[in-house]
Amino acid sequence: MSAPETLEDLTSRQYKYGFVTDIEADAVPRGLNEDIIRLISAKKNEPAFMLEWRLRAFRHWLTMKEPRWQNVHYPPIDYQDIVYYSAPKPKGAGPKSLDEVDPELRRTFDKLGIPLLEQQRLAGVAVDAVFDSVSVATTFKEKLARAGVIFSSFSEAVQNHPDLVRKYLGSVVPYSDNFFATLNSAVFSDGSFCFIPRGVRCPMELSTYFRINAENTGQFERTLIVAEEGSSVSYLEGCTAPMRDKNQLHAAVVELVALDGAHIKYSTVQNWYPGDAEGRGGIFNFVTKRGACRGKASKISWTQVETGSAITWKYPSVILQGDDSVGEFHSVALTNNRQQADTGTKMIHIGRNTRSTILSKGISAGRGQNTYRGLVKIQKSAAGARNYTQCDSLLLGSRCGAHTMPYIEVKNRSARVEHEASTSKIGEDQLFYCMQRGISAEEAVSMIVNGFCRQVFQKLPMEFAVEAQKLLSVSLEGSIA
Amino acid sequence: MTTPLLRIRNLHARVGDREILRGIDLEVGAGEVHAIMGPNGSGKSTLAQVLAGRETYQVTEGEVLYQGKDLLALSPEERAVAGVFMAFQYPVEIPGVGNLYFLRTALNAIRARRGEEELDAMDFLAFAKEKMKLVAMDQSFLGRSVNEGFSGGEKKRNEIFQMAVLDPRLAILDETDSGLDIDALRTVASGVNGLRTPDRAMIVITHYQRLLDYIVPDRVHVLGSGRIVRSGDRSLALELEKKGYALLEGEPPSLSAGEAR
Repeated sequence: MSAPETLEDLTSRQYKYGFVTDIEADAVPRGLNEDIIRLISAKKNEPAFMLEWRLRAFRHWLTMKEPRWQNVHYPPIDYQDIVYYSAPKPKGAGPKSLDEVDPELRRTFDKLGIPLLEQQRLAGVAVDAVFDSVSVATTFKEKLARAGVIFSSFSEAVQNHPDLVRKYLGSVVPYSDNFFATLNSAVFSDGSFCFIPRGVRCPMELSTYFRINAENTGQFERTLIVAEEGSSVSYLEGCTAPMRDKNQLHAAVVELVALDGAHIKYSTVQNWYPGDAEGRGGIFNFVTKRGACRGKASKISWTQVETGSAITWKYPSVILQGDDSVGEFHSVALTNNRQQADTGTKMIHIGRNTRSTILSKGISAGRGQNTYRGLVKIQKSAAGARNYTQCDSLLLGSRCGAHTMPYIEVKNRSARVEHEASTSKIGEDQLFYCMQRGISAEEAVSMIVNGFCRQVFQKLPMEFAVEAQKLLSVSLEGSIA
Repeated sequence: MTTPLLRIRNLHARVGDREILRGIDLEVGAGEVHAIMGPNGSGKSTLAQVLAGRETYQVTEGEVLYQGKDLLALSPEERAVAGVFMAFQYPVEIPGVGNLYFLRTALNAIRARRGEEELDAMDFLAFAKEKMKLVAMDQSFLGRSVNEGFSGGEKKRNEIFQMAVLDPRLAILDETDSGLDIDALRTVASGVNGLRTPDRAMIVITHYQRLLDYIVPDRVHVLGSGRIVRSGDRSLALELEKKGYALLEGEPPSLSAGEAR
């Protein structure tokens, strides 16, 4: 068997997480108008300021056009054909502890390989499980509470800490920011809220597993993390979704705020349904993620491993406002079959001596298209700012594509900006070398790709790094022509 | 006489339209070291690559029996499992993949296919450290990416180290001396000599006789235009060194006839 043929075989393994859980859903009618938004807000028993904010966003959204500049292609989305809210209906009263969580739901988590109890015991990770749109189980709350850390679903935060929500919601990604963020602001159903008070190192890694379940339900998550002066937190986001024929829109917003000396590390492993080999089905993942290094010497670090979704479109960014603040972006994006990714980051340098590092690894296989798009902007005020960017692309086969679009704007002469880029192919010589040593082509490809991504994987928390490596191998099965 | 470990009969191979091997006949017995010499373009490296299973070359005629079985029917990794090893002329870099990890994966892949128990990380480390001594390699090599940033000499030493770990029955050394200074050459050669055993055969491909001062062959074959044009003992290599490959020009007319086709 020739090496290319072998590679073809390798990259056509099936998505493992394709199943639909049969849980009664409490949904609002299909479509979008002010009444729907009022209904969502009422169902969530929100204070008036939230409803007003949602309505302002909706009215603004009506004036906006869906963007078309991105290097991805998809059929038009009918926004009136989406169910904007769906919550699993509790049988009887809501769960007071994990033991009371809907057994059907628990089985779903088991299938995904993330049993909550095990997770708690083994990893010491607090899991805020978002199932469809409402959080059903939040763990380790007490331990966190003792440290003064607030980690809850967004809805709970709106009820329990309205002042904090009001102060920070939309302060990094305003409701008018962009088409999808604005849509999210109008209709978001739930998400996570984290608040790390002054001087506190969060005692454990915070983790949320997202899962899209009810059919034809757009998922609009909203995450807000605030780290006060001198605090630090590491947040993990991991996703899988059930197999679907119809494309599902996912338009999430993540906002991070770091005050003086605060550190936020945000890690993502994204493995949503990518569609079949012909590109049918799969998630549209249009996400706005942005952090503000508001304080002096604060630091925000994004690490992402994007292997899923039919289309991934996101630019986790950092606004470096505080002097001496640091922004980092480490990314692995893999596209196989007909997957498309247009991802990268924006580093906006405002404060003096601000530093940013961008490390992007794009892997294209099958007919996958992978675009790195990044902006490094040095404002006039950002004396002594520095950026280092490295973009590497790896191609498996001859029908895929890699594109690099770095934008650099420098308005201060003392700034230093470096950009390095490379594109390589998995060489026949590399494969043959491995095979001559007894390693199968499948294992060789996986090894070479993992080697290519090593610098990024090293930035992930340990258990995530292991998961990411496995995910990459699974996602690659069936690539190259 | 028992069957030789390797028997090549009338082997022809080509790349695209270009015929490179034009009827190689060669027998190598267990425990023997055969040197294959010849000018650039004579087909030395092609022979090595064909034996290792590289797809770039199409075998158009002839057969290769290894341990009495059809070697050409096996994939490259099956050949490795069967005990065929090639030390590359240009060892390939694999960024981000640790040398130790690479080699353990290789050894365990081979062991698994042979139905042997795999070595865990700790056992393998101890095993690898022992084998490194053979080519005087520093332990820092183990953590570095495969061949990345290695000097020419380090790459060649690494090949011999891999050979020591994988313990093949048939080792093909493709210009293992190229690009080495005399000290590195000695180190590599002594590593190879340390791996000479009664049940292991080696095919040593080289352009220069110099290597054969250190790795003393049982037989020497000279390749010209895709065929073995002379075979002899070690003295043939010395003769070549004195007279150069011009020696071949006075060869039997059959060669020229073949050329003129």
